[in-house]
Amino acid sequence: MAYNINHLNELESEAIYVMREVAAQFEKPAILFSGGKDSILLTHLAKKAFFPAKIPFPLVHIDTGHNFDETIEFRDYLAKKLNAKLIVGSVQEAIDEGIATEEQGVNASRNVAQIPALLKAIEHHQFDALMGGARRDEEKARAKERFFSHRDEFGQWDPKNQRPELWNIFNGRKQWGEHFRIFPISNWTELDVWQYIAKENIELPKTYYSHVRPCIIRNGTILAVSEHVQAREGEEVKDMQIRFRTMGDATITGAYESDADTIDKIIQEVASARETERGNRADDKRSETAMEDRKKEGYF
Amino acid sequence: MEQEIFNAESYSKMELLRFTTAGSVDDGKSTLIGRLLYDSKSIFEDQMEAVKSSSERRGDENINLALVTDGLKSEREQGITIDVAYRYFSTPKRKFIIADTPGHIQYTRNMVTGASTANLAIILVDARHGVVEQSKRHSLIASLLGIPHVVICINKMDLVDWSEEAYNRIKNDYKQFASKLNVKDVNFIPISALLGDNVVNESEHMDWYKGSTLMYHLENVHISNDHNHIDSRFPIQTVIRPHSDEYHDYRGYAGRVAGGVFKKGDAVTVLPSGFVSKIKTVEFAGKELDEAYSPMAVTMTLEDNIDAGRGDMIVRTGNMPEISQDIDAMVCWMDEKNPVRVNGKYAIIHTTRSCRCIVKEIVYKMDVNNLHKMEDDKDISLNDIGRIKIRTTQPLFFDAYNRNRFTGSFILIDEATNVTVGACMIRS
Repeated sequence: MAYNINHLNELESEAIYVMREVAAQFEKPAILFSGGKDSILLTHLAKKAFFPAKIPFPLVHIDTGHNFDETIEFRDYLAKKLNAKLIVGSVQEAIDEGIATEEQGVNASRNVAQIPALLKAIEHHQFDALMGGARRDEEKARAKERFFSHRDEFGQWDPKNQRPELWNIFNGRKQWGEHFRIFPISNWTELDVWQYIAKENIELPKTYYSHVRPCIIRNGTILAVSEHVQAREGEEVKDMQIRFRTMGDATITGAYESDADTIDKIIQEVASARETERGNRADDKRSETAMEDRKKEGYF
Repeated sequence: MEQEIFNAESYSKMELLRFTTAGSVDDGKSTLIGRLLYDSKSIFEDQMEAVKSSSERRGDENINLALVTDGLKSEREQGITIDVAYRYFSTPKRKFIIADTPGHIQYTRNMVTGASTANLAIILVDARHGVVEQSKRHSLIASLLGIPHVVICINKMDLVDWSEEAYNRIKNDYKQFASKLNVKDVNFIPISALLGDNVVNESEHMDWYKGSTLMYHLENVHISNDHNHIDSRFPIQTVIRPHSDEYHDYRGYAGRVAGGVFKKGDAVTVLPSGFVSKIKTVEFAGKELDEAYSPMAVTMTLEDNIDAGRGDMIVRTGNMPEISQDIDAMVCWMDEKNPVRVNGKYAIIHTTRSCRCIVKEIVYKMDVNNLHKMEDDKDISLNDIGRIKIRTTQPLFFDAYNRNRFTGSFILIDEATNVTVGACMIRS
């Protein structure tokens, strides 16, 4: 008699085990909800983990004010469908209060400005554990993350002094004022995520599927034209058939030309992709260790 | 660009193999991983571009495949791996998770971390230097942590003229050392990670070697028996009580099966209370399952309304674990500041149960070079391995580590700093 489980079921089981540990070990845990597929996946896993009870976590969204409209619409729709509490932290507010600075210059973004807004929300709501959809295969600094990642009272990550994480035993003990970032889908790859979305029939924002919209090409990256991205001199607006592999701010998330308008086509596309999904994210391209630098400060 | 049709159907049936890599500084471990990823076409173009430009900046002669894995700033500066980095790749046969762990002695605790979840360990030995202290330490850790399969990669064969004699000498040295270890399945493969020989592709320089390449071995080693499917163990993580009209009396015990098989109708005992009941349902996300086994995460309901909660364990009646407050265990110490303190009190986490304990005795420290038990040296400090006896404030329900990795392991936590200081494996 063979007692085998395939790798997708094993990853699901691991993620659910982690989420149940979070519910059991912490007083005020929450899900960091970006509106992207990975955080949508987290809500789906949470629903399965605690069925038939409700998801025992609120959703926390740090709104940069530069999101795609589709992201915000989907966020509100999903929170309602799940009957989950939605807490929105505002980067604009943080800038107005003077705890975050608006970047200036031609390639300014609000990516780094999310950090103070997030830390403020954590302090205000006294969250002691925040679950995120980060995966180790996304980026080289994330490859070094624990499932339970300790943050000091300033929200900082100390990559050289991380707690050893042994077997499936998670040590969530902390001092008052400290918190944890928790990554239940650490071991999933982009392809795993899409396979699972297909298997479970998980609903996603339309932006992940191929569609036609006005775009410009800036520094080799396709950007969708919106309130936040306008054509500059010498840039030509044209309708392009595109889709997004990740969803960040409209100002920094590059699109891909694609005709993958079904999940099966997306899986084929991802399986044959020759670039990582964050390869088109301007926030990671700033320097060789851009992600590590932001994470140390308290980034997701 | 050539595009293979991706077979979604077979992808969803693949098994997952977790392996760890260990070696001394400059054994070429990162290069080996870079090679596995590169030759299995798992490195993306933008990653390769980044590695190429870093190599050029550093003045490396060839593309430095080690830069694929070394992610932190200080790692790149020093050219060593500091922390565990996890890497992912798949072939048409399997999906792999690599825990790439540091070789340097001061990061041994990270190696233990990577080893704790691995099915297989790759230990790199430099063909010019043979079996050195670090190779022995890494093998001991693989053995202690119960990694079922070990592969000794004798690397840099290109620097010893692809010599069969060098390979045989190292193989014999290692076998002599390993006879004292508890590793069931050991294989030896001569490779050159730098040039790619016997990593993914067969070597053209070593006709005398008739075994398989490393990749073939990784794809085919038999792993389905790595879990315990005999002793039924279900540590309760949390109790699901919806408090809704529809599920008014619902009481589900949520957890991950740590051993054995659970089915509807099984007679079970809940520990520590000793209450006996029958399984009413084994379910997951609202669907009833025929059975559940390790490592599945499920929810169980019982026929009787029993008071049970987190830290309790559901076991099959007549198939009891050991129940005791006195535990005899091997420990790998991870505290940078203090050694193991006799009469010291620590917090302990075992399965989903947390309590406190006191170290009653240090039995011996182990010399990792020759596996001698040093009964007159009881100073177990950072990166040391030894045997201790502890007494816990509450009884634990456990099996010997060599029988079950989940119910046979626990961690010790410093109560002042909350840091994990000890990785422990219960002796039979």
